[in-house]
Amino acid sequence: MRHLLGADQLSREEIEAILDRAESFAEVGRRDIKKVPTLRGRTVVTLFYESSTRTSSSFELAAKRLSADLVSVKAAGSSVDKGESLKDTVATLSAYDPAAIVIRHPYAGAAQLVAGWTEAAVVNAGDGKHEHPSQALLDVYTLRRRLDSLEGKRIWIVGDVLHSRVARSNLIAFRKMGAEVTVCGPPTLIPRGIEELGCEVSYSLDRVEEADVIYALRMQRERMRESFVPSLREYATHFQIDSRRLGPRQLLMHPGPVNRGVELSGEAIDSPQSLIAEQVASGLVVRMAILYELLAGSERPAPVEGESAERSAPTPIGQPA
Amino acid sequence: MSFAGALDMRSGESADLVLRGAAALDPVAGIDAAHDVVIRDGKIAELVAPGSADPDGAEVVDAAGLHAFPAFFDPHVHLRTPGQEHKEDIETGTRAAAAGGYCGVLAMANTDPPVSAAADIEALRERARAEASVPVGFLATVTRGMRGEELTEMAELHEAGAVGFTDDGLPIRSARILRRALQYQRLCGGVIALHEEDPELSGEGVMHEGPVSAALGLAGIPSVSESTMIARDAALAGYEGGQIHVQHLSAAESVDAVRVAKAAGVRITCEASPHHLCLTDEEVRSLDASRFKMNPPLRAEADRQALIEGLRDGTIDCIATDHAPHAAEEKEVPFEQAAMGVTGLETAFAAIHTDLVLPGVLDLGVVVERMTGGAEPFGLERPSLAPGSEANVALCDLSAEWVVGEDGYESRSHNSWCAGRTLTGRVLMTVAGGRVAYRLRSFSMGVAA
Repeated sequence: MRHLLGADQLSREEIEAILDRAESFAEVGRRDIKKVPTLRGRTVVTLFYESSTRTSSSFELAAKRLSADLVSVKAAGSSVDKGESLKDTVATLSAYDPAAIVIRHPYAGAAQLVAGWTEAAVVNAGDGKHEHPSQALLDVYTLRRRLDSLEGKRIWIVGDVLHSRVARSNLIAFRKMGAEVTVCGPPTLIPRGIEELGCEVSYSLDRVEEADVIYALRMQRERMRESFVPSLREYATHFQIDSRRLGPRQLLMHPGPVNRGVELSGEAIDSPQSLIAEQVASGLVVRMAILYELLAGSERPAPVEGESAERSAPTPIGQPA
Repeated sequence: MSFAGALDMRSGESADLVLRGAAALDPVAGIDAAHDVVIRDGKIAELVAPGSADPDGAEVVDAAGLHAFPAFFDPHVHLRTPGQEHKEDIETGTRAAAAGGYCGVLAMANTDPPVSAAADIEALRERARAEASVPVGFLATVTRGMRGEELTEMAELHEAGAVGFTDDGLPIRSARILRRALQYQRLCGGVIALHEEDPELSGEGVMHEGPVSAALGLAGIPSVSESTMIARDAALAGYEGGQIHVQHLSAAESVDAVRVAKAAGVRITCEASPHHLCLTDEEVRSLDASRFKMNPPLRAEADRQALIEGLRDGTIDCIATDHAPHAAEEKEVPFEQAAMGVTGLETAFAAIHTDLVLPGVLDLGVVVERMTGGAEPFGLERPSLAPGSEANVALCDLSAEWVVGEDGYESRSHNSWCAGRTLTGRVLMTVAGGRVAYRLRSFSMGVAA
C-alpha cells in the first residue's frame, strides 16, 4: 500500500492487515509509556483545508505516538489564504521531505492529486463528499471488536447519504468485509444510482429492526434551506434513531459530531448499544496503524541501497522509545 | 451566404496542387473513388483518373493510399479572444483547426468581455484577416454581456458580420428573452445557437448524474436539465417560426426532443461532440479534470448510443468539437474546482475514426458528411470536392498511428480529452479557403513539377 486514498482501493486483506496492526497498538495504548519509536526521524505533515476536530487531532496524536516529527498546516492563516494553489502548497511542503502527507480538502480527488505531486505517502482524511477511508477503517475496527466478524451482518446507514463521504467509504468498506448494507434516508438525500455500489435503498425506517447495526449520519441544518427536507422536525419524525426505534440487540454508530435531537435522540446516544465513544477511541489506534502500514509496513518496497539503516529497519513496535 | 464572404482568414497564395491517386470521398457530392484531385487557383478544378492529371506547374502530392475528404467544418469552437489569450487566440486556435483537417470554424462569443457589440465583431474579423490559418466566423451574444436580460443590437451585429448568435457557456434562462430574440430574428437574420441547460436542475453539478456521480460523491447534472430546455426552446421556435441550432447534445432524452421537434416541422438543427460520441461518465472515475470535465458532461452508455443513432439517422446534423482550451493551472485542481471544457480540434477526426469507424459502428461516409455538416445550419456552403468548389480538402492517412500530445499541440492549451491516447488516422495536409493551411511536418511533399 503506497497511499490511502479511498476505501474502494483497499482489498479485504489490506483492511484486515491495518485492523490487526491497530489491535497491537491498542495493546501499546494500555501501557504507561504509549510512544513507540517506529517513525523517529521522519516527518508527517497534516494539511487541513476544512475544519476538523477528531480526525486532525487523532492523526496528529497518532504521528506523535509513532515518534514522527509533525507539521500541522491549517488552511486558515496559511499561504492558502493568500491564494496559493494546492499544487504549490504541496510542492512547498514536499521540500521538507515528509514521509506522509495527511490531507483533508473540501473537494473530491484532492488527495489523489496530491499523490501525483509528492514522493510522500498520502492519506486521504476526507475529500469533499467523496471518501473518508480512515473513518471507514476505524468503524470496521470498532465493529470487528464487538462482533468478531462483519460477515453476513446487516448494516443500515441512515440519513444524508448524498452529502456524506463517510456513507460512501463505509458502504464500500462494510461490503468488502462481507456485510449487507442498506442506505436509508429521504429520497432527496439518496443519490440516484447508489444501489450500483451494492446496497439496498430504503426511504423509511419501517424495516430497520432487521439491522444488526444502525449507522446514523450527521444531518446538517443547511439542507433544510436547500429544500432537501422541509424541516428538521419532519426529518426527525421519519429518520431519527430513538429508544423506540433502536432495538436492544442492535448497535448504534455515528461519525460525530452528533446533532442531539435531530438524527439521534439523547437516550439513543447514551444507550448501552451506542458505540460512539468507542469509535473515537478507535480513531487513534487505527490512524497509528495506517501511518505504520504506509511508512513501515511489510508491503512497502525494500529501500534502495544507501538509505539510512533507521529507514530500512523500523524498530519493532514492542520496544518503548 | 457564400463561405468566403462571411468568414475571414489571413491572405496567402491560392493553392495549385495535384493530389495524385487519392481515395476521394464526398458522399454529398457522390464522390467515392480513387482520383487525381486537381486544385487550381484555390478551386477544385477536376477529379480525373489516377495518374492522368497533367501537373502544369502545380505541386504534385503522392496521395496513393491516402484519403481526400472535403475539409471539415466546426460550428463550435472557443478561440478565447479577447481576454483569455493565455488559453488560446485566433492564431493558435485556427492552427489547431488546420491540423485537424478543418477548413472553417465558428468562434463562440463567451470571451472576456463577451462579443456583444458590432465593434467587437469588426475587431475580431480584422484580427482573423491577419492571423487565421483557416476561415473563421464569429458569433455574437444573444443578450448583452451574456447576462440574459436584454437583447444585443442583433441587426447591427449581423450587418457587421456576426454569423449567428449565442450565449454559449450559459443557457438563456428566460423564455421571454429567447422568445423576443426569435421574433427579432425575422428582422436581423442569423441562427440562434443554444447551450441547453436548466440551471435550476444543474445546480452545482459537475458531472452526469448517475451511479458514477453517486460513487464519487460529486454533484450530478441530470440528463433532463438539457432535454427539458430543448423541448421548451423548440416549442418557442415552432411558435415564432424561428431557427435554432442546439449545441453539444449529450443525452438520449435530448436526441428524442430534437427528433420530435424536427418531425413537427420546427426549424431546428443540432450538433454532437466527439467526446460525447466516444466516452462515457465511467471515465470520470479517474477524476482527471483535464481530460474528462466539460459541460455538458460525459453521460451514460445509453446516451452515447442514442447520440450515435442520432448521427446515423440524421437527427444530429453535424459533429462539433466544442474545442474549449484551458491553461494547465485551471485544470490541475480538484475535479469540482476545475474549469469545464476540453480541446478537440486536432483529434476530432482521428478519435472518431479510431473509436467509431474502425470498430464498424459508423460508416466513414456518414462521418465525413457530419464532420462537414456544421456550415449549412449557419447558412454557409458545405465544403465539397465537387469540381468548381472552393478548395477545402483534408488529406488523411487512415492507417497512420500517432500518440496524441507526443509532439505537442498546435493549440496553446493541452487539455485534450485524447491526451496520451494512440489514435489511428491522421490528417497530413489541409487545404482551407483555397489555400494550403497545414502540412504535417513529417509528411514529405512531392516534388514541384
